[in-house]
Amino acid sequence: MNDTSDSNDISSAFGRGGKAPRANRRVLPGFGLSLGFAVSYLSLIVLIPLAGVFLRASEISWEEFWSIVTSRRVVASYKITFGISLAAAATNAVFGLIAAWVLVRYSFPGRRIFDAIVDLPFALPTAVAGIALTTIYAENGFLGQYLYPLGLETAYSRIGIYIALTFIGLPFVIRSLQPVLESLDKEVEEASATLGAGRWRTFFRVIFPAILPAWLTGFSLAYARAIGEYGSIIFISGNMPLRTEITPLIIVQRLENFQVAQAAAVAAVMLVASFAILLVINVLQRWSESLGQARG
Amino acid sequence: MSIKAIQISKTFGTFKALENVSLEVPDGKLVSLLGPSGSGKTTLLRILAGLEFPDSLETSRVLFHGKDVTAAPAGRRGVGFVFQHYALFKHMTVESNVAFGLNSLPRKERPAKDVILTRVCELLQLVHLDGLGGRYPSELSGGQRQRVALARALAMNPKVLLLDEPFGALDAKVRKDLRRWLRTFQEEIKVTTIFVTHDQDEALELADEVVVMNNARIEQVGDPQTVYDRPVSPFVIEFLGNVNRFVAGVGSETKDREKDVLYVRPHDVELEPEDHETHAYALKAKVQHVFSAGNYGRVALERVGTREPFEAEVSRERLRELDLVPGRVVSVIFRHVRLFPKGEFLEADIRDGSLVASTSSFSAKTMYS
Repeated sequence: MNDTSDSNDISSAFGRGGKAPRANRRVLPGFGLSLGFAVSYLSLIVLIPLAGVFLRASEISWEEFWSIVTSRRVVASYKITFGISLAAAATNAVFGLIAAWVLVRYSFPGRRIFDAIVDLPFALPTAVAGIALTTIYAENGFLGQYLYPLGLETAYSRIGIYIALTFIGLPFVIRSLQPVLESLDKEVEEASATLGAGRWRTFFRVIFPAILPAWLTGFSLAYARAIGEYGSIIFISGNMPLRTEITPLIIVQRLENFQVAQAAAVAAVMLVASFAILLVINVLQRWSESLGQARG
Repeated sequence: MSIKAIQISKTFGTFKALENVSLEVPDGKLVSLLGPSGSGKTTLLRILAGLEFPDSLETSRVLFHGKDVTAAPAGRRGVGFVFQHYALFKHMTVESNVAFGLNSLPRKERPAKDVILTRVCELLQLVHLDGLGGRYPSELSGGQRQRVALARALAMNPKVLLLDEPFGALDAKVRKDLRRWLRTFQEEIKVTTIFVTHDQDEALELADEVVVMNNARIEQVGDPQTVYDRPVSPFVIEFLGNVNRFVAGVGSETKDREKDVLYVRPHDVELEPEDHETHAYALKAKVQHVFSAGNYGRVALERVGTREPFEAEVSRERLRELDLVPGRVVSVIFRHVRLFPKGEFLEADIRDGSLVASTSSFSAKTMYS
């Protein structure tokens, strides 16, 4: 019993619980300084510019704001943006997990190159990605010519948006999972095997709980990235109002028409929605971490 | 269940982990695989468990109670395996950890929930962890975790228990307690147990039989007494316990001399005052240090002439009698020596001033030259 309380003391001394009394000395000093820096940095880079969005949005009246953000065309764009982003992030979560697994667990010729290719969607200008994807997936494109006869309109459609969002989100899941998969304890899997568990049971009951937090991180990053994506979509989506028009495009259009307040209103809604979604995922992640690590 | 391993070879890349190793473990015995790291002991254990497979499934054989399990995977062998670093499932409670094997059984064979729970409680009682079923592994001490790992392995009623350096990660005190506990525990449940260790004390204290391994091969198999008192090779004598090593001069050819090695255990070294009635087989040595803490006094010595360092273990009374101080020269008599000339094994006792050797060609003159 004593060990547990000891380990509790140790972990709180490192500030993990945040419940440590102030008198507790930390191993690394400078908490005040680093917190101050972090807060001001975050404010300058993120919070103040975002607050500007709400400030601009407040220039119009509440009724006006409401009618803008609930207009048919804008609501349709929310559905497209958040819905297709979700589908793309979910796809990436599944295939990213498989890809990360293959990259970590097996060695095969060209693995290094494959590993490097994963990062390309990070580095490529999104407009380039959009144009490239459109070329390939258009009706007469390299892949489109085979997909269109199957009834898959892969360019200038929601499928096109889905393809582009999957493309740009892929690295997030793989890169989040890789280090965790690498650090997995092989002995734990062997223990499961000696206890007679089959491969599926070993994966779902032993490995999956350990990688779940990282997997959710990768998913939420891919989702967040997809929600904010603009550059590649505008080329492949065809930008048809109500059908393939994404919210970021609406914001840009309003700005181009000098309807700054209107743009800010839509942006504010997006911000709140994104924040709420990320918050939910974050809570899920904490929960899954507490499952994986147990309480210290 | 008896275990038989026949002609096991295993290579990892270019590294030979096991070379044609054969081993037989009788039913119900507690056997230790002892050797330095890289000697192949863990690989052998893992092959017995089915976590690793021999290079050739044709020439190598693993038999459990006469039944061929060479190609059977770990889950089908009915072995309990305990890992050095416990390998507990961190996200599961102690209870779920122990119940994992039973819950992995196919639905038809799986006992009912309350049966599993009762069994888990029994097991936790057995390893003295009753009441801790709801804890997570991170809330337990190292010794407790190791016992959870043991309970988890025992849940499936294994016919064979395999432990990979089970006490390696624990501190000295816990290690000793757990060692004794395992000994009585194994006698109680009588399951054939093999454990890997690099700690000679652990092997000698715990095992019915010690398998000394070196360089991918088995050097010697025997009960603790035998491997300690009658080692068959220089490696075994050097690995088990402290020993003094002298390059001896048996064999008339100078080129052979380097290969002849003479071993004396520190407790077989007798010290006398320098002016003591000269013994036919005595040699002279200078005292370097005296360590008098502990049950025995240890004296570090240097042989006069060749300056070979060696150690003697004498009782504390004797230490007082001799009144040893660094720099003093003493007469040294070896009570019992072992000599390995070119792989051949000679043993000699010195009794009442005469040498009793097992081979006639062995003479005191060549011994010390």
